[in-house]
Amino acid sequence: MNKPLTAKDFATDQEVRWCPGCGDYAILKCMQKTLADVEADPDKTVFVSGIGCSSRFPYYMNSYGFHTIHGRAPAFATGLKLANPELDVWIVTGDGDGLSIGGNHLLHVLRRNLDTQVLLFNNEIYGLTKGQYSPTSRVGTRSPSTPSGSIDAPVSPGAFALGANARFIARGIDTDAKNLSPVLKAAREFKGAAFVEIFQNCIVYNKDRFEDFVAKKTAADTQIHCEHGKPLLFAKGAKGLKLNAATLKLEIVDVGENATPVEDVLVHDETNRVLAQMLLTLPMGEFPMPLGVIYREPAQSFDDAFSQHHPSGRKRTGKVADALRKGSVWKKS
Amino acid sequence: MSKITPENQSIVVRFAGDSGDGVQLLGGQFAESTALAGADFSTFPDFPAEIRAPVGTTFGVSAFQINLGARRISTAGDQPDVLVALNPAALKVNLPTLPKGAVIILNTDAFTDRNFSKANIAADPRQTGELDDYQVIEIAISTQTLEAVKPHGLSKSDAEQCKNFWSLGAVLWMFGRDREPIINWATKKFSRKPAEILVGNVAALNAGHAYAETAELSAEIPQFVIGEAPMEAGEYRSITGAEALSLGLAAAGELAGREVMFCGYPITPASSILHHLSRMGDLGVSTFQAEDEIAACCAAIGASYGGAIGVTSSSGPGIALKTEAIGLGMAAELPLVIVNSQRGGPSTGLPTKTEQSDLYQSVYGRNADAPLPVVAAAGPGDCFDAAIEATRVALRHMTPVFLLTDGYIANAAGPWELPNMDDYEPILTNAVNGDAANGDDPTALKKTIWNRDPSSLGRPWVAPGASGLAHRIGGLEKDIETGDISYDAANHQAMSELRARKVAAVADFIPDQEVEQGNSKGPLAVVGWGSTHGAIWRAVQMARDEGLDVAQIHLRWLSPLPKNLGRLLSDYDRVLLPEMNMGQCATLLRDKLGLNVVQLNKVSGQPFKITEILNAIRENYPGAKQAAE
Ligand SMILES: Cc1ncc(C[n+]2csc(CCOP(=O)(O)OP(=O)(O)O)c2C)c(N)n1
Ligand code: SF4
Ligand SMILES: [Mg+2]
Repeated sequence: MNKPLTAKDFATDQEVRWCPGCGDYAILKCMQKTLADVEADPDKTVFVSGIGCSSRFPYYMNSYGFHTIHGRAPAFATGLKLANPELDVWIVTGDGDGLSIGGNHLLHVLRRNLDTQVLLFNNEIYGLTKGQYSPTSRVGTRSPSTPSGSIDAPVSPGAFALGANARFIARGIDTDAKNLSPVLKAAREFKGAAFVEIFQNCIVYNKDRFEDFVAKKTAADTQIHCEHGKPLLFAKGAKGLKLNAATLKLEIVDVGENATPVEDVLVHDETNRVLAQMLLTLPMGEFPMPLGVIYREPAQSFDDAFSQHHPSGRKRTGKVADALRKGSVWKKS
Repeated sequence: MSKITPENQSIVVRFAGDSGDGVQLLGGQFAESTALAGADFSTFPDFPAEIRAPVGTTFGVSAFQINLGARRISTAGDQPDVLVALNPAALKVNLPTLPKGAVIILNTDAFTDRNFSKANIAADPRQTGELDDYQVIEIAISTQTLEAVKPHGLSKSDAEQCKNFWSLGAVLWMFGRDREPIINWATKKFSRKPAEILVGNVAALNAGHAYAETAELSAEIPQFVIGEAPMEAGEYRSITGAEALSLGLAAAGELAGREVMFCGYPITPASSILHHLSRMGDLGVSTFQAEDEIAACCAAIGASYGGAIGVTSSSGPGIALKTEAIGLGMAAELPLVIVNSQRGGPSTGLPTKTEQSDLYQSVYGRNADAPLPVVAAAGPGDCFDAAIEATRVALRHMTPVFLLTDGYIANAAGPWELPNMDDYEPILTNAVNGDAANGDDPTALKKTIWNRDPSSLGRPWVAPGASGLAHRIGGLEKDIETGDISYDAANHQAMSELRARKVAAVADFIPDQEVEQGNSKGPLAVVGWGSTHGAIWRAVQMARDEGLDVAQIHLRWLSPLPKNLGRLLSDYDRVLLPEMNMGQCATLLRDKLGLNVVQLNKVSGQPFKITEILNAIRENYPGAKQAAE
């Protein structure tokens, strides 16, 4: 295969079965293009997923793929990556798959820092099972199982990841390939567990749930794209985030000659865990939605440590015949 | 007292004391010396369930039992002939198991009012007449020990710790054993400790020996003569089931030329396998302690998917959690070895006690039609071969395989003739067979992935990374040829049948069932599986010595059953099936062979006694007087 691969080469012959207009299509396209861009080797790339609409993803990627069981993709991915650390392993999960039934495994794959990319397609709903509320659904979400609105407080995927000691946390939007693709590339390059929350529109059961900050027309005012070393500006530079030293909270300031000088706007430091915490928990609506790489602080990956601390570096240096004879052996004649 | 040669050439000794008394070391070293003396033996440790039970209590009693003989020994023994009790609690707990006439060696220093009250003993048993039927030897073991180690400058607590060595010295004398090998072992063991520890313990050992030898007392202390047991020429070592199973898995990896990836989550009595394997890295083994049993099973399947031999292990409650993932392993046609160290249940049940009650779970316990191969180890040493066989089948047929062991096998030990690794056939893996790149057929690649061997129905093992073979797998029903998702009715029928045929096909590769003792037809066969082997073996041997025409048939494969089993069993008038559950194998034989057996069920958490099986043989022997008559 000498010809460079195109996005098409990463598509399979399987008929894609998502509902027309589902955000998963856009993510799939973006992924296929991204992998072609970075010249990924399909033979060394594996998509591992759980169960859900989102978890159908591997069937449509012309690489290796394993559609496993509900919530457990991180565990399968861990065994796979440990068995063959050469592989580029992607985990695709949903808000139900990753944070309900699989919350435990997500916690552990992140804290262990397995070298993998975890893509959580957050549509704030259980798509596949026809629209029940999920652990990311906002209070009051009406669904077949909560006809008068859900009552339990949601979890924030990014804050959960940070709490789990994830060392790479990013956010993107399904249909915004321009910004999502660099995030996917950065996640892929990161040696460790890279957690990416992708806001995904479930057009059937939770239509336009993220419209407040996703709508193209108002995006400039409702989104803030975090870039390491750059001031946290939005609204085409007219507004920014500033740390209020008295309240220890972020606040929105007008930026300009007669307002806050740009030098006073908070500069994004992706290695700052406290800042990451603030950005990941900014109240929705009041503030723009932080997107891009919000936190990145590398450390040794689990798979690396696993091989490094293995007594013989993963090599078979001994023989069972000798091991049998360790300790006290006696002869009978 | 003169030297005693036991009538049946064997003797059962039980060491019991407080958890902190070093009873396990004492027993282990006595077993070691037994091995060197050439006798056969079988040991079983009996630990308290509590980690640090209060000193002196009955639930803090730790014991070690050994059955040793100048003949083949198959169990740790029904009843102790000799009990060494280092405190009153140990006496109280073990007294009910002693036969009349047993020898009891007591540490009188521990027989104080304080210890009586800790063990809830109302009156000194030496005064109540409870011990009248036994040969009681009272020794102030603690005093004697302190006396012996006094010159060596040990702290009081270190000095007291030496009483297990003192006791060992006395017992070595009772059996006419050398102290030399024990001293050599201790020299190694204590090499990192302050020098006086070794000196003190050796002094205690020698003092115990000398004490027993002293003329006036040796009139009281019996000496036993147990000669060498006839065993095949070869190299031997003592091994527990957990260790043999771990080595067997490593051997399977070596035979297959693949890394073994063992993924587990701690649970009694399965944890020891994880502990052993985590020290076998140089044998091509890696271990991963997952966040729970589900993750452990999934990680093992992930590892198998990646080309390693995925192994997961647990006990019943953990196996229950793995169930869904095991179904996926089966649907995706990936190899996996699932080790179940069975314990008493249901629920948390009796974690430290043994049972064989997960047979239904292994054979039938999954959603949908999901048959799997199930193999059971018959004893500690047999775990080695069973692990190799389980792996061989998993890789040949590309399927999860259950490997059953239990709490008894895991901890019991006995001499094991070291296998010769050259005697084992390599474990072959299924290579790609077909032209994946056939340009004329767009489905050529997929068909290659699912191109199953016609005899084993195992598919090629294609791990990610293999060039030009990228494909997708999953738990949705798949087309029998291309592996594409398929909801087609006829295809699901065909796939369900294929999965059943695959397990049935294992029977083409396993040996016919053999009769281990006795004739291949007759009035009565005793059929067993798993850890009941030793007790059944001895019971059948004794029954045959009595002139009863009884056969012993021990099953290794429970699923599928050996092809000839139905015919073989139909040639006996009656089949007796002892098992440590309420009749699960009996159900299996009724289901698969239409055979009704006489059940002998025991679910007390304790292994079968030989006499229990022998009595059942006598009672059920055709023509015998039934107990009810
Ligand atoms: C053990 C188990 N329980 C329940 C289900 C049913 N189920 C499948 S997907 C799903 C929820 C999926 O929600 P999410 O992860 O958010 O994925 P989405 O469909 O929204 O992409 C549930 C409950 C299952 N497949 N397996
Ligand atoms: S139900 Fe929702 S998430 Fe699932 S495919 Fe349809 S639109 Fe997409
Ligand atoms: Mg969802």
